[in-house]
Amino acid sequence: PHTISPEVMQRTEAVPFFESLLQGDPEMSTAIAAIQTLMEFMNRNSAETVAELTSDLKGAMTELQTSDQSVASVASGCELFLRFITLTALDKPDFNECKQLLVERGQLYLQKAAQARQKIGKLGVPFIRDGATILIHSRSRVVLTLLKEAACCNKHCTVFVTESLPDRSGYIMQKSLQEAGIPAYVILDSAVGYIMERIDLVMFGAEGVVESGGIINKIGTYQMAVVAKAANKPVYAVAESFKFLRQYPLNQFEAPNKHKVGKTNKQSSV
Amino acid sequence: MSSSSSKRGSKDIPCSDDLGSAAAQTQAAVPSAKGEAPAVEQHGQTKRKTKAERRAEQKSAKEAKKVSKPPAKEPATDKKQKMTLEGSNAPKRVPSNIQVDDKKHQAKVAKKLAKQQAPPRTEVQRQVKMFSHLHQFKREESLTAHLSFASGGIHPAFLRLGLQYAEGKICGSNARCIGLLAAFKQVVRDYETPPDKALARDLDNRIKPYITFLAQCRPLSVSMGNAIKQLKVKIAQIPPDMPEEKAKDRLLTAIDRYLYEKITLADEAISKTYAQTKISNGDVILTFACSSIVVKVLKDAHHAGKKFRVIVVDSRPKLEGRECMRRLVQHGIPCSYVLLNALSYVMKEVSKVFLGAHALLANGYVMSRVGTSLVALVASSYNVPVLFCCETYKCCDRVQTDSFVFNELGDPEDLASAQSNGACSKLEGWRDIQQLNVLNLVYDLTPPDFITMVITEVGMIPCSSVPVVLRVIHSV
Repeated sequence: PHTISPEVMQRTEAVPFFESLLQGDPEMSTAIAAIQTLMEFMNRNSAETVAELTSDLKGAMTELQTSDQSVASVASGCELFLRFITLTALDKPDFNECKQLLVERGQLYLQKAAQARQKIGKLGVPFIRDGATILIHSRSRVVLTLLKEAACCNKHCTVFVTESLPDRSGYIMQKSLQEAGIPAYVILDSAVGYIMERIDLVMFGAEGVVESGGIINKIGTYQMAVVAKAANKPVYAVAESFKFLRQYPLNQFEAPNKHKVGKTNKQSSV
Repeated sequence: MSSSSSKRGSKDIPCSDDLGSAAAQTQAAVPSAKGEAPAVEQHGQTKRKTKAERRAEQKSAKEAKKVSKPPAKEPATDKKQKMTLEGSNAPKRVPSNIQVDDKKHQAKVAKKLAKQQAPPRTEVQRQVKMFSHLHQFKREESLTAHLSFASGGIHPAFLRLGLQYAEGKICGSNARCIGLLAAFKQVVRDYETPPDKALARDLDNRIKPYITFLAQCRPLSVSMGNAIKQLKVKIAQIPPDMPEEKAKDRLLTAIDRYLYEKITLADEAISKTYAQTKISNGDVILTFACSSIVVKVLKDAHHAGKKFRVIVVDSRPKLEGRECMRRLVQHGIPCSYVLLNALSYVMKEVSKVFLGAHALLANGYVMSRVGTSLVALVASSYNVPVLFCCETYKCCDRVQTDSFVFNELGDPEDLASAQSNGACSKLEGWRDIQQLNVLNLVYDLTPPDFITMVITEVGMIPCSSVPVVLRVIHSV
């Protein structure tokens, strides 16, 4: 029997809760924060049937995607969460038992997802050789975890980070790497072609992974990948499994706009 | 030592044994029989002899290893090991229709054909050497001229179907499969169980010669092969005690259901659910030859109000693109028509390529009308997305990487015949030129590198996911 929280969570409370989670822990992945919000929503929900609960959850998901902090991983994470928890036999007569089951599965999914970054770190370390020169793009917490893990395993790498305009998040990445004791140098976005001959491997994170196997990421990633292919350098993309989207874009133009354009940047379709 | 000397052939000099034993006595430190051979070689024997000695020495070394085992058991275990080895190394049976240059095999096939009353076809001489393992039939005046209408012969529905295939009147894998299943329905309706036989087994035996006849008229397509397999499964599932009318009804319903689910509904799903999302206003869509599913996709998109135009690419000798044009223009879709050699000229204004498939192979390759891989190649070099539309019943678990091993050869006279505008063909006297051979391939293979996406009724999948679809289908 689960504890019934004091008051029912309304749809409109989802976004403030989500944003407060992110502010409280800047290292948390946005998808994890979204899933935690959905868990809280489910716990404090007053629905009496599974169908109503599912529809309430879907409503909360739509609300979350309107948030300023939302990225592609929120959409994919929420959808996969919903699919995971309902992918079980929900034919118990008592609704409370069903809800208990859903909550348990939700906890399980959250646990697995929260550990995803660490797991990726451990799995990715064998791909980095000692003394490798790595090129990364913009700021990615998964890549940071991986590089920190490699440093712990006594692999001394040199890292080049692109400046990645317009938000210049490359500098933030450089600071985090230097704090972890990894020598990191910022290069201009236009210097990718110049530096490629000195690079051993290219690595980036992903906002979303699409059905054809490609990834959606910060602008400039595709350029880097094309130059790396021309120079025969291996390219690694690191992404948690909850970032897998149900999209199959044929080319750049077909990728959905909401994944391409930032929230504060209201432009017509590009 | 004694065993090794018994293995030596009669070529050996009689006194070699004495030499060997003498050598062994002098070289007391060398216990194994191996010591004999180098000592004997030092005496300058011929090359053949040293080889025989080496073989003998190897055999004796092997036996020396098995000293612990009782000698009586050895020959038995040896033989068993040899047999199991042979069983696992036995070559997989290669289908007979790609072994045309193997005379023994073809003699066996001819006997089987005669037993099943299927008419033999004349092979065209002057085949291209690289394709000599495939059948190349001449177009017959009348395939069934010598066929007797005695009872127990081929059912007339199948006779008609076979002739339609041979003439090319029914063309295209969906059409052929639908024709086949319609003929099967007729056979089932006309079928009467003989008094002391089970329906399942007898019907199965009845159908065998029909299928052989069809294969003689034109090699079976993958879609037809899968349909026949399914039908045989359904026939085998009929319990022996079921009354005949009920069994026939069940079979007819099963065939109807297969047609409806695998072809009609699948086409609807491919067109309305998935392909529509990939067509947008202002698109220029290229298609090759005539594919029923692609025509349906374009027709449905046009009726849904999307504004696009189509370029139809055509090639000899079948000129199927004209049929495609005719169907599209009937629905009011603006079309252009080019031949295959104009492909690189039009490709720069194309935004998408939609192609049909004959079969999806298990390694991600797609088998389709010859010329398709060319279109896919040029499209991918211009970075134009290539989309194949294919129902899942055309997936087969064959693996092929080239268009040579398994293909169909058409009649070379089709290429050498007069042009459609009445002009005389340049190739008319090709048989007089000894060094000239004419090749008329029907299918070719498109590698997965050129394919952006395959649209099936289970979703839009990258072509490397075809084994997953196969697994899902077989598990159901």
